[in-house]
Amino acid sequence: MNTENEANDGGYVRPELVCPAGTPAGLRTAVDAGADAVYCGFRNATNARNFPGLNFSVNELTDAIAYAHERNAKVLLAVNTFPPAGRFELWREAIDTAARLGVDAVIVADMGVADYAAQTHPQLRLHLSVQAGASSPEAIRFYCKEFGIKRVVLPRMLTVEEIAGIHGQIDCEVEAFIFGNIGMMAEGRCSLTNYATGISTNMDGVCSPAESVRYEEDAERNLNIKLDRFTIDRFAPGEKAGYPTICKGRYLCGVREQQGYYAFEEPVSLNLSALLPKLMRAGVTAFKIEGRQRSRAYVKAAVSAFRKAVDDILDGRDPGLTSLLALTEGSKETEGAFRSKLWR
Amino acid sequence: MESSGAAISLGPILFNWQPEAWRDFYFRIADQAPVDTVYVGEVVCSKRSVLFEPYFEEVAERLKAAGKTVVYSTLSEVMLKLDRQVVDSVCGLQDSLIEANDGSSLAHLSGKPHHVGPFVNAYNEGTISFLARKGARNFCLPAELPATAIRVLCERAANVGATIEVQAFGRISLALSARCYHARAHGRTKDSCQFVCENDPDGMELRTLDNRPFLAVNGIQTLSFEYLNLINELDDLRAMGVSRFRLSPHSCDMVAVASIFRSVLDRRIALAEGLEQLKALNLGAPFSNGFYHGVPGHQWVAAGSTQRTPAKASTKTLELR
Repeated sequence: MNTENEANDGGYVRPELVCPAGTPAGLRTAVDAGADAVYCGFRNATNARNFPGLNFSVNELTDAIAYAHERNAKVLLAVNTFPPAGRFELWREAIDTAARLGVDAVIVADMGVADYAAQTHPQLRLHLSVQAGASSPEAIRFYCKEFGIKRVVLPRMLTVEEIAGIHGQIDCEVEAFIFGNIGMMAEGRCSLTNYATGISTNMDGVCSPAESVRYEEDAERNLNIKLDRFTIDRFAPGEKAGYPTICKGRYLCGVREQQGYYAFEEPVSLNLSALLPKLMRAGVTAFKIEGRQRSRAYVKAAVSAFRKAVDDILDGRDPGLTSLLALTEGSKETEGAFRSKLWR
Repeated sequence: MESSGAAISLGPILFNWQPEAWRDFYFRIADQAPVDTVYVGEVVCSKRSVLFEPYFEEVAERLKAAGKTVVYSTLSEVMLKLDRQVVDSVCGLQDSLIEANDGSSLAHLSGKPHHVGPFVNAYNEGTISFLARKGARNFCLPAELPATAIRVLCERAANVGATIEVQAFGRISLALSARCYHARAHGRTKDSCQFVCENDPDGMELRTLDNRPFLAVNGIQTLSFEYLNLINELDDLRAMGVSRFRLSPHSCDMVAVASIFRSVLDRRIALAEGLEQLKALNLGAPFSNGFYHGVPGHQWVAAGSTQRTPAKASTKTLELR
């Protein structure tokens, strides 16, 4: 399973394809479709996809680890939220359970959680979650030194050139998101949902909770999409309506009085398929696909397509990515910050 | 000045004020404001740092001469070369107290006494203990923490020889981004911004499509539209052990704001009167204190209100099965 130092003729280090596992069935789907590793979370606030109907019980995770390991795939457990004081026990329990079950790594964000894991379970491999927001070599080296972090998941705000620059200045592995839904705000540093709804992304693991979403038709038959009492977007009859996320809504401001505009970002999703070789040359050794909340069909299609693309690149073939187009059809795509700093 | 055992601090200016206005603001604070600690330094955008550099030393000297403790705040988001250079130079200041606002400044300051700012996710006992071992002596807590967590953190901080500070006034920082939203609103990018954020001394207000005020944009930072105001909670916070109350600067009369908070803390005026005086400042936005009470952050829970609805996260209490 360890492919870290194995470079092929093209000079590429074989990257690990890290895939979403929202449910036990989703995990099996991702493994069968060619995931080198899957990431998942417990069914509570200790992970950043704490949605109803998702995630794993202890027993389910035990079975899932066995299934993945039999097929040479790793299981990474996300314990990547920030426990508020007084509720630390739940996160401690998650770390202890992860160590006991033999997950291949735990993805942590909170310094208290990382410190507990490093002190109590020194053998437990730790990855630094994107939620930790470590966006400079100094910050990443700090986490590596203090907690023995072996891999950092980079924030989605850097260009490929900047990633290469960081990679040259740190001693741990680099993982980057390549596909799926992306928020506009620095990960782990956003309280917008809590401000609007009383549920915290950092502490409860939920962004834009479904129970706070309202769809209301107005007199002109426009569909108003609300998060709690705030209108996040409005769609004319026939226009395709999306899910209300504060950072992808339309608003008014002093210089945009006439028409609502996407103040932060349009409802786009990330697709870096065309940048894979560049990312590999920049030192990224793990590619992450977002989407623990997505269907098994979606996971199967996305994992299969990227499995083939990575293998094609390693074998010196042109990566075939046409099958990905069907997945993102109807929604806009972006290469986000990765292509150019003009995105900022 | 700390007769009541609670200090008042002035947080760093979050906005892009004209350099002379920036200097004069601090001169007036030095001469007139009953604050004990003043945080100085650019925390939002490294491009702005150079604008204030010419007045930095002058301002610090004036504040120190007036008996204020000066703490230098570092950038909250550190990613670009310029960001890193700015953090390097601030953390390299000799014989100075620094407030760390990200992981890179924590790395620089590790091993010597320092403050930890609200942009560092110090949410729990474990993080407080860890950072205290690295030299943290004061924590200004993240604004979204509820009273229940603040109470526990005060106890832990006392055990590890650190103090707790909470923001008590001013718009709340809600999010940071790599993208500049001021530039975006004006059809520019972060590199070509031409410092358009200088037009909005308290942030650029965003309204929902049905014209309800919602947020305030300040470059890469998104703030609340409402002004945080914990004047009604001061007694409770003090009883928990909070030792500093941070006022975040706005273009309103901050000497007046500081005086009102000082008077309430010293019991020279009644709470209700303090609140009325703050309202009379006509800030153009309502107050909020929801985060403290565990309800949506934009909300205002009136003093003595029994309608403190608990946060409705049904998933909050799910345990491992």
